[in-house]
Amino acid sequence: MWVDIGITVFNVLVAGLFVLSLAGLLTWVERKQSAVMQDRIGANRADLFGWDPKLLRPIRRLGLFHPIADGLKMFLKEDYIPPEANKLLFSLAPFLSLFCGLIAFAVIPFCDKFQVWGKTVSVQVASLDIGVLYIFAALSMGIYGVFLAGYTSKNNWAYLGALRASALMLSSEIAIGVSIIGVVMLYGSMEIGDIVRAQQAGPHDLLFGFLPKWGIVMQPLGFLLFLTAGIAATKRIPFDMPEGESEIIGYFVEYSGMKFGMFMMTDFVETIVVAGLTAALFLGGWHIPYFYPAHTGGWITVLQVLVFMLKVCFLCWFMVLVRWTLPRFRYDQAMRLGWMGLFPLAIANIVVTGIMIVMSNG
Amino acid sequence: MAAEPIRETRTDNMMLNMGPSHPAMHGVIRIVVELDGETVVSSDTEIGYLHRAFEKEAENATYNQVFPYTDRLNYVSPIINNVGYALAVEKLLGLEVTERCKYIRVLMSEISRVCDHLTCIGASAMELGAMSAFLYMIEAREFLWELVEQVTGARLTIAYCRVGGVKADLPENFEQEVATRFQKVREVLKDVDGLLTRNRIFIERMDGVGVISKEEAIDYSFTGPMLRGCGVPYDVRKANPYLVYDQVSFEVPTQTGCDNYSRYLVRMAEIVQSMRIVEQCFPKMPKGPINVDHAGNVMEPADMVDTAKIGKTHDLPLIQLELSPNLEGLEKKQHREVMAPDKGVVLPAKNDTYGNIEGLMNHFMLIMEGWGIQPPVGEVYQAVEGANGELGYYVVSDGMDKPYRVRVRPPCFAFVAGLHKMIDGGMIADVIPTFGSINMIAGELDR
Repeated sequence: MWVDIGITVFNVLVAGLFVLSLAGLLTWVERKQSAVMQDRIGANRADLFGWDPKLLRPIRRLGLFHPIADGLKMFLKEDYIPPEANKLLFSLAPFLSLFCGLIAFAVIPFCDKFQVWGKTVSVQVASLDIGVLYIFAALSMGIYGVFLAGYTSKNNWAYLGALRASALMLSSEIAIGVSIIGVVMLYGSMEIGDIVRAQQAGPHDLLFGFLPKWGIVMQPLGFLLFLTAGIAATKRIPFDMPEGESEIIGYFVEYSGMKFGMFMMTDFVETIVVAGLTAALFLGGWHIPYFYPAHTGGWITVLQVLVFMLKVCFLCWFMVLVRWTLPRFRYDQAMRLGWMGLFPLAIANIVVTGIMIVMSNG
Repeated sequence: MAAEPIRETRTDNMMLNMGPSHPAMHGVIRIVVELDGETVVSSDTEIGYLHRAFEKEAENATYNQVFPYTDRLNYVSPIINNVGYALAVEKLLGLEVTERCKYIRVLMSEISRVCDHLTCIGASAMELGAMSAFLYMIEAREFLWELVEQVTGARLTIAYCRVGGVKADLPENFEQEVATRFQKVREVLKDVDGLLTRNRIFIERMDGVGVISKEEAIDYSFTGPMLRGCGVPYDVRKANPYLVYDQVSFEVPTQTGCDNYSRYLVRMAEIVQSMRIVEQCFPKMPKGPINVDHAGNVMEPADMVDTAKIGKTHDLPLIQLELSPNLEGLEKKQHREVMAPDKGVVLPAKNDTYGNIEGLMNHFMLIMEGWGIQPPVGEVYQAVEGANGELGYYVVSDGMDKPYRVRVRPPCFAFVAGLHKMIDGGMIADVIPTFGSINMIAGELDR
């Protein structure tokens, strides 16, 4: 039993630390990547309270102290609660938002199952049979945080933001759910580990004899729909109308200090969750193309974890790229896209997938 | 049992105070909007947050002292404001500036116009979330502001024009500088064109948004890109040419959409036309001053001034000056090129001022309070095509050295007056691109 607890604690730590540290790092990526895209240098001034030894100078030049400085700033700022606001709900909202983002990562596996101390384990917090549904649930619950934030702030701008967030959530989550059904049908499981395993079953299981059967190959439309709806779920540009900083300033307009920081963090965490989910469902999770290890465990497992993390980082990079390229939708346009673009296409994708499965099974 | 009365859900409109502390209102304007959901039912625009009493200040300054104030009207393209005011006063005086000066004014105005349009398009894109397009535009503007800096010595508050001329001649190699920088600007324009013009999201946000009909636009006395976006090819440069605009060829781009997207396209096309005008100016411009010959009697300008101050003025006017930052452009040869030959209006060249008694007296008479430039009694209106539209100056003189009245006709004022026509009935998210496309500059709106 102690071994089980130990393994679970280890998995929680790995997943939690991975998501949180990557979220912190994403603030840096966002700064630097946008700087590179826009012919700027980007933030490079923060140091350790003026202490600037030669050894740490490269870190400083890269601006890697800025995430730390940001965190520190957030903690030290005045935490203001508007007098009209409902104190309890107002304070609860950011926690709820971040919590739902963080727990979503629990069912995403980092590597294949392997044997340790006579037990079959995997770097995955919870191997749920309904993993896919669990993620939808967790991501959809996140809206409560956002809505409460906007609703209890007693600020008309925040209220508009909350309404927009709810509308956006309805449009995007449905599309996410439906776009993924094709994958579930194809690989015949709701457990994400099983889905990943099915994407690269063996050396003879190749499409047209040379393509690994990853989700992106088998379900290209599903991939596009899922990624689009996923970006919408993260509430970032081009779907950032709940925030819309130049329009309605956003549902968190009354927040300050770390509570505001948690909302920002949630956006990054959700980005990572969507990236992790996309990597697992469509990019073959921990698989390396054309590499079929005879056994797992040891360095193979380490390699798998690294490969998975690399894929997540790549997708995060891609989502930041999109964020700094496109303008923002108007909220009715985003809803139209969700309901009249993504949703019907996703349904069509299910139908086509069904027909294909029946045809291929004879 | 009596039937329950049918309950109706009662809805109220939401009043929302947009600005002055709102990211898109720049702290200089307030729009009170009444919202039904996200739809704007009615709106009330409140201006005056940047009122600086420009017109009153101008009444208490001599004619040349008004120039720094005009810089702060449309602070994105200050040179055009300078030119407009200078033309008005010159009209009052019946003064004709030199040919080279005319070209310099046109050239610098057009560079300013490009800066202004770049800022406007960039800022609208940024407010729609396309941050990268904004920074590309600002980078391009930076190249041009460096040009402005080379000529005027300042980036924003340039005070470049004078009554009867301009402060300084163009620097050396200016034509090459312009060519290299325009090359970069064209690359940026191509990038931004790719990022925005056919971007589906951008088109959806701009197309059919902020519509005002052609008739209403004329009724509200719209000018500039706003009017040309409604299909009316009115441009002061064509309709009522001033300086040398009748000698350069350019087109007046129009669009018929009457919406934000049309205005965006008009501005993009005008940038190209303005650069075309600048490039035409160089070959047509009369030859400028030749570089100072360093051989022979070369003397540092500062040394010359010091020598003159202790009375050793013998032979000084014969000495050729090297260019220096403090006297640049007012050296005699250049002075002759860019300033009108009217001693009652134009300050003498610095080496005359410090070099001979006539020059010193002339300078003194112009600088002394109560003397200076004294136009005949009368009133004039002079319009120039500002970046936003017709920028008019109405100057009244009572024969003293200070204007009796300076009235500015700012192009934005009409746009802001008609803003409610464009935003009512739309969504609150549409207020932002519409407000961006009218390119309201509070400096000239509130004065």
